[in-house]
Amino acid sequence: MLAKRIIPCLDVRNGKVVKGVNFQGIKEVGDPVACAAEYNRQGADEIVFYDITASHEGRGVMLDVVRETAKRVFVPLTVGGGIKTVDDIRDTLRAGADKVSVNSQAVQNPQLIRDGADIFGSQCICVGIDAKKTKAGNWTVFINGGRIDMELDLLDWVKQIEQLGAGEICLNSIDTDGVKKGFDLPMLKAVVDAVKIPVIASGGAGKLGHFAEAFQKTDCSAALAASLFHFKELTVGEVKADCRIKNIIVRT
Amino acid sequence: MIAIIDYGAGNIFSVRNALNYLEIENQLTDDISVIEKADKILLPGVGAFPSAMKMLGNKNLIPVLKEQAQKKPFLGICLGMQMLLSKSYEFEECDGLNLISGTVDRIPAEDLIIPHMGWNKLEIQNDCPLLKNLPDDAYVYFVHSYMATCQDEKNLSAWVEYGGKVPALITDNKYVFGAQFHPEKSGEVGLQILRNFANL
Repeated sequence: MLAKRIIPCLDVRNGKVVKGVNFQGIKEVGDPVACAAEYNRQGADEIVFYDITASHEGRGVMLDVVRETAKRVFVPLTVGGGIKTVDDIRDTLRAGADKVSVNSQAVQNPQLIRDGADIFGSQCICVGIDAKKTKAGNWTVFINGGRIDMELDLLDWVKQIEQLGAGEICLNSIDTDGVKKGFDLPMLKAVVDAVKIPVIASGGAGKLGHFAEAFQKTDCSAALAASLFHFKELTVGEVKADCRIKNIIVRT
Repeated sequence: MIAIIDYGAGNIFSVRNALNYLEIENQLTDDISVIEKADKILLPGVGAFPSAMKMLGNKNLIPVLKEQAQKKPFLGICLGMQMLLSKSYEFEECDGLNLISGTVDRIPAEDLIIPHMGWNKLEIQNDCPLLKNLPDDAYVYFVHSYMATCQDEKNLSAWVEYGGKVPALITDNKYVFGAQFHPEKSGEVGLQILRNFANL
Protein backbone atom coordinates (compact mmCIF):
# COMPACT_ATOMS: atom_id res chain seq x y z
CA MET A 1 0.00 0.00 0.00
CA LEU A 2 1.18 3.48 -0.78
CA ALA A 3 1.86 5.59 2.28
CA LYS A 4 0.05 8.90 2.72
CA ARG A 5 2.58 11.69 2.28
CA ILE A 6 3.27 14.65 4.58
CA ILE A 7 4.82 17.52 2.65
CA PRO A 8 6.36 20.66 4.13
CA CYS A 9 6.50 23.66 1.81
CA LEU A 10 9.18 26.34 1.96
CA ASP A 11 8.39 29.77 0.54
CA VAL A 12 11.60 31.17 -0.92
CA ARG A 13 12.34 34.71 -2.05
CA ASN A 14 15.72 35.60 -3.57
CA GLY A 15 17.20 32.39 -2.22
CA LYS A 16 16.03 32.87 1.39
CA VAL A 17 13.16 31.23 3.22
CA VAL A 18 10.52 33.86 3.86
CA LYS A 19 9.57 34.54 7.49
CA GLY A 20 13.02 33.49 8.64
CA VAL A 21 12.79 29.96 9.89
CA ASN A 22 15.03 29.28 12.82
CA PHE A 23 15.41 25.58 13.48
CA GLN A 24 17.57 24.50 16.33
CA GLY A 25 21.10 23.86 15.29
CA ILE A 26 20.82 25.76 12.05
CA LYS A 27 23.03 28.80 12.05
CA GLU A 28 22.11 30.40 8.76
CA VAL A 29 18.61 31.60 9.49
CA GLY A 30 16.40 31.25 6.46
CA ASP A 31 18.78 29.06 4.48
CA PRO A 32 16.45 26.91 2.35
CA VAL A 33 18.99 24.11 1.91
CA ALA A 34 19.42 23.75 5.68
CA CYS A 35 15.65 23.92 6.22
CA ALA A 36 15.07 21.22 3.61
CA ALA A 37 17.71 19.04 5.29
CA GLU A 38 15.95 19.53 8.64
CA TYR A 39 12.56 18.56 7.17
CA ASN A 40 14.23 15.51 5.63
CA ARG A 41 15.54 14.59 9.08
CA GLN A 42 12.03 14.94 10.53
CA GLY A 43 10.73 12.45 7.97
CA ALA A 44 9.21 14.65 5.24
CA ASP A 45 8.10 12.50 2.33
CA GLU A 46 8.74 15.21 -0.20
CA ILE A 47 9.84 18.83 -0.03
CA VAL A 48 8.28 21.71 -1.93
CA PHE A 49 10.06 24.96 -2.69
CA TYR A 50 7.71 27.71 -3.68
CA ASP A 51 9.61 30.52 -5.37
CA ILE A 52 7.97 33.87 -4.70
CA THR A 53 10.81 35.85 -6.27
CA ALA A 54 9.34 38.45 -8.56
CA SER A 55 12.36 39.18 -10.74
CA HIS A 56 13.71 37.07 -13.55
CA GLU A 57 17.24 37.15 -12.08
CA GLY A 58 15.83 35.45 -9.00
CA ARG A 59 15.18 32.28 -10.95
CA GLY A 60 18.90 31.54 -11.19
CA VAL A 61 19.18 31.85 -7.42
CA MET A 62 16.30 29.38 -7.01
CA LEU A 63 18.01 26.89 -9.31
CA ASP A 64 21.15 27.14 -7.17
CA VAL A 65 19.04 26.36 -4.10
CA VAL A 66 17.61 23.29 -5.85
CA ARG A 67 21.07 22.18 -6.99
CA GLU A 68 22.52 22.45 -3.47
CA THR A 69 19.51 20.76 -1.86
CA ALA A 70 19.70 17.85 -4.31
CA LYS A 71 23.26 17.18 -3.12
CA ARG A 72 22.15 16.71 0.49
CA VAL A 73 18.50 15.70 0.56
CA PHE A 74 17.46 12.37 -0.92
CA VAL A 75 13.68 12.57 -1.05
CA PRO A 76 11.67 13.97 -3.97
CA LEU A 77 11.85 17.74 -4.50
CA THR A 78 9.13 19.83 -6.11
CA VAL A 79 9.63 23.39 -7.27
CA GLY A 80 6.79 25.81 -7.97
CA GLY A 81 6.43 29.49 -8.67
CA GLY A 82 7.30 31.40 -11.80
CA ILE A 83 7.48 28.40 -14.14
CA LYS A 84 6.13 29.69 -17.44
CA THR A 85 7.67 27.68 -20.26
CA VAL A 86 8.92 24.23 -21.19
CA ASP A 87 12.45 25.64 -20.88
CA ASP A 88 11.72 26.69 -17.29
CA ILE A 89 10.54 23.14 -16.58
CA ARG A 90 13.67 21.67 -18.17
CA ASP A 91 16.01 23.99 -16.23
CA THR A 92 14.28 23.17 -12.96
CA LEU A 93 14.38 19.40 -13.48
CA ARG A 94 18.02 19.58 -14.60
CA ALA A 95 18.91 21.43 -11.43
CA GLY A 96 17.68 18.39 -9.50
CA ALA A 97 13.95 18.85 -8.98
CA ASP A 98 11.83 15.73 -9.44
CA LYS A 99 8.62 17.63 -10.19
CA VAL A 100 7.54 21.13 -11.04
CA SER A 101 4.34 22.75 -9.89
CA VAL A 102 2.61 25.13 -12.30
CA ASN A 103 -0.29 27.31 -11.23
CA SER A 104 -1.37 30.64 -12.80
CA GLN A 105 0.67 29.88 -15.92
CA ALA A 106 -1.26 26.66 -16.46
CA VAL A 107 -4.61 28.46 -16.26
CA GLN A 108 -3.47 31.04 -18.79
CA ASN A 109 -1.74 28.50 -21.00
CA PRO A 110 -3.09 24.95 -20.45
CA GLN A 111 -0.87 23.68 -23.28
CA LEU A 112 2.06 24.04 -20.85
CA ILE A 113 0.68 21.02 -18.96
CA ARG A 114 0.42 18.90 -22.11
CA ASP A 115 3.85 19.92 -23.42
CA GLY A 116 5.48 19.33 -20.04
CA ALA A 117 3.84 15.91 -19.65
CA ASP A 118 4.72 14.85 -23.20
CA ILE A 119 8.36 15.83 -22.92
CA PHE A 120 9.20 15.01 -19.31
CA GLY A 121 6.45 12.59 -18.27
CA SER A 122 3.25 13.11 -16.31
CA GLN A 123 4.97 12.27 -13.04
CA CYS A 124 6.97 15.53 -13.27
CA ILE A 125 3.98 17.80 -13.71
CA CYS A 126 2.01 18.89 -10.67
CA VAL A 127 -0.68 21.52 -11.16
CA GLY A 128 -1.21 23.87 -8.22
CA ILE A 129 -4.67 25.39 -7.84
CA ASP A 130 -5.99 28.19 -5.65
CA ALA A 131 -9.78 27.97 -5.42
CA LYS A 132 -12.61 29.57 -3.47
CA LYS A 133 -16.27 28.86 -2.91
CA THR A 134 -18.79 31.04 -4.77
CA LYS A 135 -22.17 32.26 -3.55
CA ALA A 136 -23.75 29.74 -5.91
CA GLY A 137 -22.05 26.95 -3.96
CA ASN A 138 -19.47 25.77 -6.50
CA TRP A 139 -15.78 26.66 -6.47
CA THR A 140 -13.83 28.81 -8.94
CA VAL A 141 -10.14 29.01 -9.77
CA PHE A 142 -8.07 32.08 -8.87
CA ILE A 143 -4.66 33.11 -10.18
CA ASN A 144 -1.84 35.44 -9.15
CA GLY A 145 -1.70 34.26 -5.57
CA GLY A 146 -5.46 34.26 -5.14
CA ARG A 147 -5.99 37.79 -6.39
CA ILE A 148 -7.81 37.25 -9.70
CA ASP A 149 -10.99 35.18 -10.04
CA MET A 150 -10.86 33.43 -13.41
CA GLU A 151 -14.52 32.40 -13.06
CA LEU A 152 -13.37 28.96 -14.12
CA ASP A 153 -15.27 26.14 -12.40
CA LEU A 154 -12.89 24.12 -10.23
CA LEU A 155 -14.27 20.70 -11.12
CA ASP A 156 -14.19 21.49 -14.86
CA TRP A 157 -10.59 22.64 -14.46
CA VAL A 158 -9.37 19.56 -12.59
CA LYS A 159 -10.89 17.26 -15.22
CA GLN A 160 -9.20 19.29 -17.93
CA ILE A 161 -5.88 19.12 -16.08
CA GLU A 162 -6.13 15.34 -15.91
CA GLN A 163 -6.94 15.13 -19.63
CA LEU A 164 -3.92 17.28 -20.43
CA GLY A 165 -1.65 14.77 -18.69
CA ALA A 166 -0.89 16.29 -15.30
CA GLY A 167 0.47 13.76 -12.83
CA GLU A 168 -0.80 15.36 -9.66
CA ILE A 169 -2.89 18.23 -8.28
CA CYS A 170 -1.97 20.41 -5.32
CA LEU A 171 -5.26 21.93 -4.17
CA ASN A 172 -5.14 25.04 -2.01
CA SER A 173 -8.34 26.47 -0.55
CA ILE A 174 -8.34 30.25 -0.28
CA ASP A 175 -11.20 30.00 2.23
CA THR A 176 -9.30 27.84 4.73
CA ASP A 177 -5.72 28.98 4.02
CA GLY A 178 -4.29 30.70 7.09
CA VAL A 179 -7.43 30.11 9.17
CA LYS A 180 -5.91 27.05 10.90
CA LYS A 181 -9.25 25.28 11.35
CA GLY A 182 -8.40 22.34 9.11
CA PHE A 183 -8.28 21.55 5.40
CA ASP A 184 -11.27 22.39 3.19
CA LEU A 185 -12.75 18.90 3.26
CA PRO A 186 -15.82 19.47 1.03
CA MET A 187 -13.68 21.00 -1.72
CA LEU A 188 -11.00 18.36 -1.31
CA LYS A 189 -13.50 15.51 -1.50
CA ALA A 190 -15.17 16.98 -4.59
CA VAL A 191 -11.83 17.17 -6.40
CA VAL A 192 -10.57 13.75 -5.28
CA ASP A 193 -13.83 12.20 -6.51
CA ALA A 194 -13.64 14.03 -9.85
CA VAL A 195 -10.19 12.78 -10.95
CA LYS A 196 -8.01 9.66 -10.78
CA ILE A 197 -4.68 11.43 -10.31
CA PRO A 198 -3.28 12.03 -6.79
CA VAL A 199 -4.47 15.14 -4.94
CA ILE A 200 -2.44 16.99 -2.31
CA ALA A 201 -4.46 18.88 0.32
CA SER A 202 -3.20 22.38 1.07
CA GLY A 203 -4.36 25.29 3.19
CA GLY A 204 -5.80 25.25 6.67
CA ALA A 205 -3.77 22.84 8.79
CA GLY A 206 -3.61 24.34 12.26
CA LYS A 207 -3.19 21.40 14.58
CA LEU A 208 -2.09 17.80 14.77
CA GLY A 209 -5.42 16.11 14.03
CA HIS A 210 -6.10 18.05 10.84
CA PHE A 211 -3.80 15.88 8.74
CA ALA A 212 -5.33 12.58 9.86
CA GLU A 213 -8.79 14.11 9.38
CA ALA A 214 -8.05 14.89 5.71
CA PHE A 215 -6.89 11.30 5.15
CA GLN A 216 -9.84 9.78 7.01
CA LYS A 217 -12.55 11.88 5.38
CA THR A 218 -11.21 12.03 1.83
CA ASP A 219 -9.01 9.88 -0.41
CA CYS A 220 -6.37 12.58 -0.81
CA SER A 221 -2.83 11.21 -1.29
CA ALA A 222 -0.88 13.82 0.63
CA ALA A 223 -1.20 16.86 2.85
CA LEU A 224 0.95 19.98 2.67
CA ALA A 225 1.64 22.75 5.14
CA ALA A 226 4.03 25.67 5.28
CA SER A 227 3.84 28.01 8.26
CA LEU A 228 2.81 25.28 10.70
CA PHE A 229 6.14 23.58 10.14
CA HIS A 230 8.05 26.86 9.60
CA PHE A 231 7.17 28.14 13.03
CA LYS A 232 7.83 24.77 14.67
CA GLU A 233 4.27 24.55 15.92
CA LEU A 234 4.48 20.93 14.81
CA THR A 235 7.14 18.66 13.36
CA VAL A 236 6.59 16.29 10.48
CA GLY A 237 7.41 13.47 12.89
CA GLU A 238 4.60 14.48 15.28
CA VAL A 239 2.08 14.61 12.44
CA LYS A 240 3.13 11.16 11.27
CA ALA A 241 2.94 9.71 14.78
CA ASP A 242 -0.64 11.00 15.08
CA CYS A 243 -1.56 9.46 11.70
CA ARG A 244 -0.01 6.15 12.73
CA ILE A 245 -2.04 6.00 15.96
CA LYS A 246 -5.14 6.45 13.78
CA ASN A 247 -4.13 3.53 11.53
CA ILE A 248 -3.22 5.70 8.56
CA ILE A 249 -0.29 4.28 6.64
CA VAL A 250 2.64 6.67 6.67
CA ARG A 251 6.31 6.11 5.96
CA THR A 252 8.35 5.40 9.06
CA MET B 1 34.82 2.91 -8.95
CA ILE B 2 31.19 2.61 -10.02
CA ALA B 3 30.54 3.36 -13.69
CA ILE B 4 27.19 5.14 -14.09
CA ILE B 5 26.10 4.45 -17.63
CA ASP B 6 25.36 7.72 -19.41
CA TYR B 7 23.37 6.89 -22.52
CA GLY B 8 21.26 10.02 -22.72
CA ALA B 9 18.19 8.86 -20.82
CA GLY B 10 16.71 10.06 -17.60
CA ASN B 11 17.98 11.94 -14.62
CA ILE B 12 21.41 10.55 -13.86
CA PHE B 13 22.36 13.43 -11.59
CA SER B 14 20.29 12.33 -8.57
CA VAL B 15 21.99 8.97 -8.38
CA ARG B 16 25.35 10.66 -8.84
CA ASN B 17 24.51 13.14 -6.05
CA ALA B 18 23.66 10.24 -3.74
CA LEU B 19 26.92 8.37 -4.47
CA ASN B 20 28.93 11.58 -4.02
CA TYR B 21 27.16 12.24 -0.72
CA LEU B 22 28.12 8.74 0.43
CA GLU B 23 31.68 9.38 -0.78
CA ILE B 24 31.51 6.44 -3.17
CA GLU B 25 33.78 6.90 -6.15
CA ASN B 26 31.85 7.04 -9.40
CA GLN B 27 32.08 8.17 -12.98
CA LEU B 28 29.45 9.03 -15.57
CA THR B 29 30.48 7.29 -18.74
CA ASP B 30 29.55 5.81 -22.10
CA ASP B 31 33.13 4.69 -22.73
CA ILE B 32 33.52 0.93 -23.13
CA SER B 33 37.07 0.87 -21.71
CA VAL B 34 35.95 2.74 -18.57
CA ILE B 35 33.05 0.31 -18.13
CA GLU B 36 35.44 -2.63 -18.47
CA LYS B 37 37.78 -1.17 -15.84
CA ALA B 38 35.06 -0.22 -13.34
CA ASP B 39 34.48 -2.29 -10.17
CA LYS B 40 30.74 -2.03 -10.51
CA ILE B 41 28.15 -0.85 -12.98
CA LEU B 42 25.05 1.20 -12.36
CA LEU B 43 22.41 1.53 -15.08
CA PRO B 44 19.93 4.34 -14.39
CA GLY B 45 16.90 5.11 -16.50
CA VAL B 46 13.73 7.12 -16.72
CA GLY B 47 11.52 7.14 -19.80
CA ALA B 48 10.28 4.53 -22.23
CA PHE B 49 11.80 1.06 -22.69
CA PRO B 50 12.14 0.93 -26.51
CA SER B 51 13.84 4.32 -26.81
CA ALA B 52 16.21 3.55 -23.91
CA MET B 53 17.26 0.22 -25.47
CA LYS B 54 17.74 2.01 -28.79
CA MET B 55 19.99 4.59 -27.12
CA LEU B 56 22.09 1.81 -25.52
CA GLY B 57 22.29 0.17 -28.95
CA ASN B 58 23.28 3.38 -30.71
CA LYS B 59 26.17 3.77 -28.28
CA ASN B 60 27.14 0.15 -28.87
CA LEU B 61 26.84 -0.59 -25.15
CA ILE B 62 24.65 -3.69 -25.19
CA PRO B 63 27.40 -6.34 -25.68
CA VAL B 64 29.74 -4.81 -23.08
CA LEU B 65 26.95 -4.52 -20.48
CA LYS B 66 25.87 -8.13 -21.03
CA GLU B 67 29.45 -9.33 -20.75
CA GLN B 68 30.41 -7.22 -17.70
CA ALA B 69 27.24 -8.27 -15.87
CA GLN B 70 28.74 -11.78 -15.65
CA LYS B 71 31.88 -10.44 -13.94
CA LYS B 72 31.02 -7.62 -11.54
CA PRO B 73 28.16 -6.21 -9.48
CA PHE B 74 25.59 -4.53 -11.70
CA LEU B 75 22.62 -2.49 -10.48
CA GLY B 76 19.77 -1.31 -12.70
CA ILE B 77 17.45 1.36 -11.32
CA CYS B 78 13.83 1.90 -12.39
CA LEU B 79 13.82 1.58 -16.19
CA GLY B 80 17.40 0.32 -15.79
CA MET B 81 15.95 -2.56 -13.75
CA GLN B 82 13.32 -3.31 -16.36
CA MET B 83 15.99 -3.41 -19.07
CA LEU B 84 17.66 -6.35 -17.23
CA LEU B 85 14.74 -8.55 -18.26
CA SER B 86 14.17 -10.50 -21.47
CA LYS B 87 11.38 -8.52 -23.07
CA SER B 88 9.12 -5.51 -22.61
CA TYR B 89 5.67 -4.76 -23.97
CA GLU B 90 5.79 -0.99 -23.34
CA PHE B 91 4.32 0.51 -26.55
CA GLU B 92 5.78 -2.32 -28.63
CA GLU B 93 7.47 -5.68 -28.08
CA CYS B 94 11.15 -4.98 -27.47
CA ASP B 95 14.08 -7.13 -26.34
CA GLY B 96 15.88 -6.27 -23.12
CA LEU B 97 19.35 -7.23 -21.89
CA ASN B 98 18.02 -10.66 -20.86
CA LEU B 99 20.20 -10.88 -17.75
CA ILE B 100 17.20 -12.10 -15.74
CA SER B 101 14.38 -14.10 -17.35
CA GLY B 102 11.12 -12.23 -17.34
CA THR B 103 8.96 -9.59 -18.96
CA VAL B 104 7.81 -6.01 -18.46
CA ASP B 105 4.10 -5.16 -18.72
CA ARG B 106 1.76 -2.39 -17.63
CA ILE B 107 0.80 -2.52 -13.93
CA PRO B 108 -2.50 -4.43 -14.05
CA ALA B 109 -4.23 -2.61 -11.17
CA GLU B 110 -7.33 -1.18 -12.84
CA ASP B 111 -8.82 0.73 -9.93
CA LEU B 112 -5.55 2.21 -8.79
CA ILE B 113 -3.78 5.34 -9.85
CA ILE B 114 -1.14 4.78 -12.55
CA PRO B 115 1.73 5.70 -12.30
CA HIS B 116 2.40 3.95 -9.03
CA MET B 117 3.99 6.98 -7.42
CA GLY B 118 5.02 7.43 -3.84
CA TRP B 119 6.39 5.55 -0.85
CA ASN B 120 5.64 1.86 -0.50
CA LYS B 121 6.80 -0.76 1.99
CA LEU B 122 9.25 -3.47 0.96
CA GLU B 123 8.13 -7.04 1.64
CA ILE B 124 11.13 -9.35 1.64
CA GLN B 125 10.77 -12.52 -0.42
CA ASN B 126 14.36 -13.81 -0.49
CA ASP B 127 17.45 -12.67 1.36
CA CYS B 128 19.54 -10.26 -0.64
CA PRO B 129 22.82 -8.52 0.22
CA LEU B 130 21.34 -5.17 -0.87
CA LEU B 131 18.71 -5.44 1.88
CA LYS B 132 21.20 -5.67 4.76
CA ASN B 133 20.85 -3.31 7.74
CA LEU B 134 17.43 -1.95 6.82
CA PRO B 135 14.72 -1.11 9.38
CA ASP B 136 11.76 -3.52 9.75
CA ASP B 137 9.40 -1.19 7.94
CA ALA B 138 11.50 -0.09 5.00
CA TYR B 139 9.70 2.34 2.69
CA VAL B 140 11.13 3.26 -0.71
CA TYR B 141 10.06 5.71 -3.42
CA PHE B 142 8.47 4.54 -6.68
CA VAL B 143 7.48 6.26 -9.92
CA HIS B 144 6.48 3.83 -12.68
CA SER B 145 3.63 2.62 -14.88
CA TYR B 146 5.18 -0.66 -16.06
CA MET B 147 6.38 -3.52 -13.89
CA ALA B 148 8.63 -6.55 -14.09
CA THR B 149 7.54 -10.15 -13.85
CA CYS B 150 10.31 -12.67 -13.17
CA GLN B 151 9.88 -16.09 -14.69
CA ASP B 152 11.39 -17.68 -11.60
CA GLU B 153 10.34 -16.58 -8.09
CA LYS B 154 13.87 -17.14 -6.82
CA ASN B 155 14.91 -14.02 -8.74
CA LEU B 156 12.52 -11.91 -6.67
CA SER B 157 14.12 -10.43 -3.54
CA ALA B 158 11.42 -7.95 -2.49
CA TRP B 159 8.02 -6.73 -3.64
CA VAL B 160 5.43 -4.13 -2.65
CA GLU B 161 1.66 -4.31 -2.53
CA TYR B 162 -0.08 -2.24 -5.20
CA GLY B 163 -3.15 -4.03 -6.51
CA GLY B 164 -1.08 -7.22 -6.16
CA LYS B 165 2.60 -8.06 -5.81
CA VAL B 166 4.74 -5.52 -7.64
CA PRO B 167 8.40 -6.62 -7.91
CA ALA B 168 10.66 -4.08 -6.19
CA LEU B 169 14.07 -5.74 -6.09
CA ILE B 170 15.22 -8.56 -8.38
CA THR B 171 18.52 -10.40 -8.80
CA ASP B 172 20.14 -13.15 -10.81
CA ASN B 173 21.57 -14.31 -7.44
CA LYS B 174 25.07 -13.64 -8.72
CA TYR B 175 26.09 -10.16 -9.83
CA VAL B 176 22.98 -8.56 -11.26
CA PHE B 177 20.46 -6.55 -9.21
CA GLY B 178 17.51 -4.42 -10.25
CA ALA B 179 15.57 -1.90 -8.15
CA GLN B 180 12.21 -0.73 -9.48
CA PHE B 181 12.24 2.07 -6.88
CA HIS B 182 14.65 5.00 -6.73
CA PRO B 183 17.18 4.37 -3.93
CA GLU B 184 18.56 7.86 -4.62
CA LYS B 185 15.17 9.32 -3.64
CA SER B 186 14.30 6.92 -0.83
CA GLY B 187 15.82 8.73 2.14
CA GLU B 188 18.03 6.81 4.59
CA VAL B 189 16.73 3.42 3.44
CA GLY B 190 17.74 4.16 -0.13
CA LEU B 191 21.17 5.40 0.89
CA GLN B 192 21.72 2.20 2.87
CA ILE B 193 20.82 0.13 -0.21
CA LEU B 194 23.36 2.10 -2.29
CA ARG B 195 25.94 1.62 0.48
CA ASN B 196 25.23 -2.13 0.44
CA PHE B 197 25.77 -2.19 -3.32
CA ALA B 198 29.03 -0.27 -3.02
CA ASN B 199 30.22 -2.71 -0.33
CA LEU B 200 29.60 -5.86 -2.43
